[in-house]
Amino acid sequence: MNCIPANVPGVRRAAVVVIGGGQSGLACSHYLSRFGVDHVVLERGEVAQAWRSQRWDSLRLLTPNWMSELPGWAYRGAVPDGFMMAREVAGFIQGFAAHCAAPVEERTEVLRVEAAAAGYRVCTDRGDWLCYSVIVASGAFGSAHVPALAAALPAAIRQLTTADYRNPAQLDPGGVLVVGAGASGVQVADELCRAGRRVTLAVGEHVRMPRSYRGRDIQYWMQRCGLLDETWEAVDDPQRVRRLPSPQLAGTPARRDFDLNALAEAGVEIVGRLAGIDGATAQFSGALPNVAKLADLKLQRLLQRIDEWIADHGCEAGEIERPPSTAVPADSRLAVNLAGGEFRTVIWATGYRPDYSWLQLPVLDAKGMPQHCGGVGALPGVYFMGLPFMRRRKSSFICGAGDDARDIVHQVLAHLGRPVENLMLA
Amino acid sequence: MNTYTRIVDNGVNVEALLGAREALAAAPAAAQFNWRASCHWVNGTHSRCEVEQFHGLGEEQARKRCFNFDADHPEIFAAEDNGATPVEYVLVGLASCLTAGVATVAQNRNIQLNSVRASICGDMDLRGILGIDADVRNGYSGIRVVFDIDADATPEEIEALVAQSQKRSAVYDIVANPSRVEVEVRA
Repeated sequence: MNCIPANVPGVRRAAVVVIGGGQSGLACSHYLSRFGVDHVVLERGEVAQAWRSQRWDSLRLLTPNWMSELPGWAYRGAVPDGFMMAREVAGFIQGFAAHCAAPVEERTEVLRVEAAAAGYRVCTDRGDWLCYSVIVASGAFGSAHVPALAAALPAAIRQLTTADYRNPAQLDPGGVLVVGAGASGVQVADELCRAGRRVTLAVGEHVRMPRSYRGRDIQYWMQRCGLLDETWEAVDDPQRVRRLPSPQLAGTPARRDFDLNALAEAGVEIVGRLAGIDGATAQFSGALPNVAKLADLKLQRLLQRIDEWIADHGCEAGEIERPPSTAVPADSRLAVNLAGGEFRTVIWATGYRPDYSWLQLPVLDAKGMPQHCGGVGALPGVYFMGLPFMRRRKSSFICGAGDDARDIVHQVLAHLGRPVENLMLA
Repeated sequence: MNTYTRIVDNGVNVEALLGAREALAAAPAAAQFNWRASCHWVNGTHSRCEVEQFHGLGEEQARKRCFNFDADHPEIFAAEDNGATPVEYVLVGLASCLTAGVATVAQNRNIQLNSVRASICGDMDLRGILGIDADVRNGYSGIRVVFDIDADATPEEIEALVAQSQKRSAVYDIVANPSRVEVEVRA
């Protein structure tokens, strides 16, 4: 391999530049340090910035505390079955960064990554870095996705995304249409409804999941029966599973369910997917019964798999008690008038996308999403981390960062060529 | 233990469909299809539609022959009943699309079908099209499809076939979701 040119003024060097100081980037840093690879972690804000700033006030982790594990670092608090608030997650990750003495350059924003002699140049607002390899660990959920039909909403309706939403008091008085029924959508709809708002939830394809099953957290069973460790090579269509919405789940102290039955009982109006806006009329799909049916069938298959695993392993578990089918309202509205005063706010809970506008390398597809094989990018030496189902079902979970980071760092080592000590970087 | 391979034949060439899916993923322009019908008025509410040409895979295509469809209204509408009503053609389109989907999904999932029957009905309040009550829509207030399926599969697997068929059905999407319709007049 060619050497990175030495002595370019103002340019620093590292064998590997890790972009992003969240759990994914830091887990990579842990293994890079362990293998003696010279590297730096660039973080636009502080360590675990997304957990400090990007979501609503009441947000808690979807997985129980005991599952929060990073290499050599685990939850040691008093409530292993509880769910961390976002700021506690930030503290947990900060503790990990300190524990492994990660070489983090905070408040450093990456402006551009481009090809350079023997590797890549990472340009930041605090100077440039030259490196052989880049690990893009800047997060898969950085910006909220808003569908094109948002532009057709009447001007009197205030629009915000689940990335902008903080708490019910932030909204104008009046009814709220929440679009999207993944984890974000159901949590925001539930919170607004409990704050006394009239809430309508537009539901497309979704993933239904109970908080508890047979006396344990659902994530406990998913981990025990190997589902969380299932690899991207083991599933029929990785592209499809990577696009699945997040499960209708929340980590509340009361361990409440957030499926459509629970939301309807709390008073949320359930309607079909927002299919179109025609003047002041929002039109909802009549396919609601089918998306509910698909979600019920998938849930029953998941629970069946757990039941079989429990039976095969003679594991101690509570009674088999399957959740009832989704009770789809027979008369769900197919259209509402957005100009009639019933709705003042629309909240887009239509998913998150990474923003790679600074990544000027041919490693993205036509929609700006990374092209990768298990995190290995389309250019030699470019790797991704933290993407949904990147290498395993748990890839985007905190507890999934460690295994993926170990695999990716092995790929980095192969790319750099051992022994690493021979790389002349000075 | 005996192991054997189950031969499933629903008459669907799944390999060809999966091959087409792969080829069209790489060539989005070829995936752009344009479906057509032309309709000429015969007399009264009787009209005749022809379906022959379409565009797809980047070029003009033609069927093996021209298909004709007579549309009319029943005699209680003071018409001559020369063919199914247009709203019944919508039911025909939906039922046949879902049924084709069931066969395709079953083939892909290695499920042998023995018989499939879709019974479809739609409720309509005529006060809509007659302009009697502005709050009543013209179209169906609801459509119900009942599938009777005999297949070498569990009831859950059969339910999943039907659900997946809806998820991938063009006509189901057209009926359940809004579509833009433009009508122009050539003088």
